[in-house]
Amino acid sequence: MSGAGQLDVDDRDGLNHLLAFRQGDVDAFETLFRQHQRAVYGWILRIVRNSSTAEELTVETFWRIYLAHARFEPSRGFEGWARRIATHAALDWMRAARTENELTSELLTDPAAPAIGDPAVSAEIRQKTALAFERLPPKLRIAAVLAVIEEQPQKDVAEALGISVAAVKLRVFRALRLLRKDLERQGITP
Amino acid sequence: MNTNDQDRMKKLLQQALPPIDGDPDSGRDDSGRDLWPAVLKRLDARPAMPPWFDWALLAGLVGAAALFPTAIPVLLYYL
Repeated sequence: MSGAGQLDVDDRDGLNHLLAFRQGDVDAFETLFRQHQRAVYGWILRIVRNSSTAEELTVETFWRIYLAHARFEPSRGFEGWARRIATHAALDWMRAARTENELTSELLTDPAAPAIGDPAVSAEIRQKTALAFERLPPKLRIAAVLAVIEEQPQKDVAEALGISVAAVKLRVFRALRLLRKDLERQGITP
Repeated sequence: MNTNDQDRMKKLLQQALPPIDGDPDSGRDDSGRDLWPAVLKRLDARPAMPPWFDWALLAGLVGAAALFPTAIPVLLYYL
């Protein structure tokens, strides 16, 4: 069999899995889970920056994915859809964590750690910046963490958040502006 | 805030919160755990009902929005 023929078979298998998943087939769902678990986990890890939380949210994401199987459109692909659900699961977690004022030490920089980049930026300023960032509204924080910290393409961020690229830029701008105001209130002039 | 200010804030933010090492999309699995059993367990569990105070909070918000419609944009901003 030629390579192209093999590819066709693989494509057909993939489409069959997607169609079966749409019907609620658990075996097809497991196949998709095995294919996309790492990418979903990695995406969530970039947002929440904590491996155990990323694991929990990966499970939550695939649970939501299965519940929404009937709304899945195979023609639009699984990866982007899964990423969007993962992003919203992470956003919900950020909102809940904000309500509980939860702040894990892993989210913050270690004050004793050597400075990365500009050595003139002290550990104290980095820590205050991290804390100020945690105080931002979650929808601004998630846009900034993906677009600025993780430097993901704005198109991917927009797709994951279900908004336009212009809206991503606006959210990043607002996040940076609020962050600067917060730091200025603490006597730090960035 | 001009472009220079934005660039300065971006650099400061990247120093305060460095990006996650490596490329999580590349197949590196930090978790090292098979999460499929946890997904199955979650699927088998009864769907959780929101507690009564969530409904009370929702009713309160709807009532407040009806009484003070000008507060809706402020509420949406913080969502």
